[in-house]
Amino acid sequence: MKFTLSWLKEHLETDATIDEIVEAMTLAGLEVEAVENPAEKLADFTIAHVTHTEKHPDADKLTVCTVDTHEGTKTIVCGAPNARAGIAVAYAGLGTYIPGLDFSLDKKPRKIRGVESFGMMCSTRELEMGEDHDGILELDPKDHTIGTPIAEAVGMNDPVIDFEVTPNRPDWLGVNSIARDLAAAGLGTIITPEIKPIKGAFPCPQNVRIESTEACPAFAARVIKGVKNGPSPKWLRDKLKAIGLRPISALVDITNYVTYDRARPLHFYDRAKLSGDIIVRMGRDEKFEALDKNSYTASDQDCAICDEAGIVGLGGIVGGESSGCDETTTEIVIESAYFDPLTIRRTAKRLGVTSDAKYRFERGVDTGSLVDGVELATQLVLDICGGEASDVIVAGEIPADPSAIEFDPMLNERLTGMKLSHDEMKDILESLGFGVKLGPLWTVTVPTFRRDASEGPDLVEEIARIHGYHNLDAVSLPPLPGRREPTATLTQNRTRLARRALAQRGMSEAITWSFVLLDHAKIFDGGDDQMRLDNPISSDLDCMRPSALIHLLLAGQRNADKGYPGAALFELGPVYRGTEPEDQALSIAGMRRIETIRDWAGNTAPDALSAKADAIAALAAMGANVDNLQIGKPMGSYWHPGRSGRLQMGPKNILADFGELHPAALKALGIEGRVAAFEIWPENLPAPRKKSVSKAKAALELSEFMPVHKDFAFIVPESTNALDLIKAAKSADKALITDVSLFDIYQGKGIEDGHKSLAIDVTLTPKDATLTDKDIEIVMEKIIAGVAKAGGVLRG
Amino acid sequence: MTDIASVKDKYSEQITGAADLKMLDDIRVAALGKKGEVSMMMRGLGQMSPDEKKVMGPALNGLKNEIAALIETRKSALELDAMNAALASETMDMSLPVNISTGTLHPVQQVMEEMAVIFSDMGFTVAEGPDIEDDFHNFAALNFPPGHPARDMHDTFFMTPDADGEQKVLRTHTSPVQIRTMINQKPPIRIIAPGRTYRCDSDQTHTPMFHQVEGLVIEEGTHMGHLKGVLMDFVSAFFETDVDVQFRPHHFPFTEPSAEMDVRYERDGAAIKIGQGDKWMEILGCGMVHPNVLRACGIDPDIYQGFAFGMGVDRLAMLKYGMPDLRDMFAGDTRWLGHYGFSPLLQANLATGLS
Repeated sequence: MKFTLSWLKEHLETDATIDEIVEAMTLAGLEVEAVENPAEKLADFTIAHVTHTEKHPDADKLTVCTVDTHEGTKTIVCGAPNARAGIAVAYAGLGTYIPGLDFSLDKKPRKIRGVESFGMMCSTRELEMGEDHDGILELDPKDHTIGTPIAEAVGMNDPVIDFEVTPNRPDWLGVNSIARDLAAAGLGTIITPEIKPIKGAFPCPQNVRIESTEACPAFAARVIKGVKNGPSPKWLRDKLKAIGLRPISALVDITNYVTYDRARPLHFYDRAKLSGDIIVRMGRDEKFEALDKNSYTASDQDCAICDEAGIVGLGGIVGGESSGCDETTTEIVIESAYFDPLTIRRTAKRLGVTSDAKYRFERGVDTGSLVDGVELATQLVLDICGGEASDVIVAGEIPADPSAIEFDPMLNERLTGMKLSHDEMKDILESLGFGVKLGPLWTVTVPTFRRDASEGPDLVEEIARIHGYHNLDAVSLPPLPGRREPTATLTQNRTRLARRALAQRGMSEAITWSFVLLDHAKIFDGGDDQMRLDNPISSDLDCMRPSALIHLLLAGQRNADKGYPGAALFELGPVYRGTEPEDQALSIAGMRRIETIRDWAGNTAPDALSAKADAIAALAAMGANVDNLQIGKPMGSYWHPGRSGRLQMGPKNILADFGELHPAALKALGIEGRVAAFEIWPENLPAPRKKSVSKAKAALELSEFMPVHKDFAFIVPESTNALDLIKAAKSADKALITDVSLFDIYQGKGIEDGHKSLAIDVTLTPKDATLTDKDIEIVMEKIIAGVAKAGGVLRG
Repeated sequence: MTDIASVKDKYSEQITGAADLKMLDDIRVAALGKKGEVSMMMRGLGQMSPDEKKVMGPALNGLKNEIAALIETRKSALELDAMNAALASETMDMSLPVNISTGTLHPVQQVMEEMAVIFSDMGFTVAEGPDIEDDFHNFAALNFPPGHPARDMHDTFFMTPDADGEQKVLRTHTSPVQIRTMINQKPPIRIIAPGRTYRCDSDQTHTPMFHQVEGLVIEEGTHMGHLKGVLMDFVSAFFETDVDVQFRPHHFPFTEPSAEMDVRYERDGAAIKIGQGDKWMEILGCGMVHPNVLRACGIDPDIYQGFAFGMGVDRLAMLKYGMPDLRDMFAGDTRWLGHYGFSPLLQANLATGLS
């Protein structure tokens, strides 16, 4: 909402400076977004008098002028046809920035065809004050003394304030209400001119019928005949122009003026163009040409203003071309109605139409302003366009006044901690237009323009904001009694550690969009219809992601495209399998692009097992017992069929998938090369079993006896999982065998085709006595027998 | 006796001349071995008279000990020579590069951890909720009636309507977590709700996904002065410097009275300095929880009251750590992550400092 300082001063008597007004607005909740004073960009331009001119000796169209300025007498070469002695002009000294041309004059005098020129005399376009460029701005030197700032001389010293109107305060869309709040905040006195009823000279000849009373409860109207339309007077045009509105004609400008002055939208119909009654009803799929040069079709959801021939406009949103006022108009119907905000909003949204009237009606227009609006408009029409007014009629029923609020005066202190006297609170409420009847509970009547106030806390806000939040004493929150539990959840703590473990392993944490391209979601086994966005921000982010890998892979490729091929990225974030809360899962996804590493120390490129190591490091950091995990096959079709695995606890609880990604999936994503990746499900990790409240660890038991190492080599079919063999060896004697480690894998000479030799080192740790040869022999036999069951033959 | 002296001289000379450990050992065997010269001389003691023994016994023992000591000394010297000779060939280029590549943590996660630390100290626990929400939790329970113009200001993302025509939304704020908490938990309540939020808007200062931390306190006797106190305490702790703030009225459907808080700042070239200067920058919205919100969650507003606040994490991260463009946050550029990211060993806490 924009308004000018001078406009405000028509409603508020104040000595406050513009800065004080802005400060007071801000502290009262009218958040100022910009203050623009046209005078500021004109600060360097002053009045100068042209005292003498002569033709340029060397150019037909140039004049050499002698100009008296506040910096002394100057010679200025000018090309304007109206440059002549005896006029006052807008003078720009050397070095001045010319806004309309967007350049600065040289700091030194410039020779124009051999004559030195010491400045410039400007046109209105060069000053960005108008469009005139046929000649320089000329004023009467008698009215304007040398050195007067140009903004002052042309009356442009009027700051424009733009502020945010919050949706609860539609009344702020009128300058009068801004003034009321500022007066309440102590900035001045309200001087809004009273609206005087104008007696009708004849009965209103225009009948108005409301058929849809829900969409339009009330419609006040009056006819004025004998008007003469034309351009509005300068004061009105200047006012509208100053806030960025385009003056059209007196009748149109008057409706805009009242809209901004009182937040009271109006519409004027050219009565000669109406046939019969005005009928307010829902649309019947009727199309009409609107004043905004578009055509709209009103459905049965839209409030249409019609005459007996058909639709003439959308009520409260936009009028129709067919009944609009123009220079031929002599008889008008003034409409000052109340439209249902929800209907307005729905229609405007569906048709994509916006207007000053719509903006106000959808937020709620003062139900007390219907007749006042007619009267104010009448006065302006009579003053500007002449004519004779009829009686005022009101069709329908004006909505009831808002209910009074039973207000507990203690509530203010209870909610804000501010201690204010009853008088102070009462004064604030009254200055804002509320009525106060004191008592143990106050009865506070609510003005029709403040329907946002419906219960006690609303009044507390009024009292507190006018008293000022800067007067609110800050109090630190008292500590809660008793012992403090950790404030983070188990999963939060676990994922913090997992993220650190991954970063420590050389991966960088990214955060990427929760939405992906539908086709990409499908590659990752997602992309169900229900997961699609109805209104995506762009067509490549139109579906909730089924995996956090997608954007990491794309980011990796983007990095490669920029010349940084070896990205290693991970992300902690949500993935979505459905739209219910339980369908959202937390994922830690990571990927390393498989780029050949040229390293003197022999480090090689990451592979599927690097991803396994990453996943296990993260799981270990989260407290998983990684020694007891099972290896399975991932279900996703996007994993490489032969180089991917799944880490699980038991058959059902899946903790992570890892491996190389399927080349076809990568190709479909536009990823070049190969990628090793993992995706972990931290929420699947069971909570640690709580044995007791004690944090003490179990006692440490150390064996006194030396461990014994025994090596074995077993031949197994190539497809055998090494882990199966290790587990078989381990379980041969759970008490004695404390570790089994794989130290060699061999294929080739001496080993049958399709087989491999796995060499393991078994650690035996006795607890009660040193192992005898016999003991060792027994356990070795058990190991060989156990591994045999798993398909391993001791290598001879 | 002369024998002893000459034997000693002979071996002493040989020991000194021994070029390696092998030669030295041969000398030891020749002198002190079972059949060595000194051993044989000592065997001669048996045939001697007691008087001779008295003289020759200690003399021969002395000889044996002296030769043994000489051998030991020479052995140490030879071993040292051998080790030095070996070390002379055991060289490596100590200038060779080694690999200790460590990644970084994302600044938004860092900042959310910092916020959790500060609010944890004030007794707030961390609550979470889903990103895909229903109208009730994201709007209706927060006092946005259907058709309310404030809904438009949220640029809501809608999901495809389901079979019944119901349309879920991507949460436009983390306030739905407050609703879920108030429905499931009895006062007193002190929570913060960090997480991803979504609005259909994209430019230099808006991304369609961003992060919020919201806070909620529901306790008898908690008033707006506490709200101001908590936020003032927070903002100075967060920026790790004393920050001057301004509280001013605003409007949110879910709070009444509502406020926004500004911090003092100044520009220093492209950089922004928070806490000083003569300009105000809005950093968060807040207010006393609206009675309609409490009612929607089954809490009696005549007994309980409290406050809520919400702030943009990404923006606060930018202000604190100087990232110039919001959009870079989610681009996954390794150079950006390396530059603005944080060490994995850093754990924000109040004992050692946040950052």
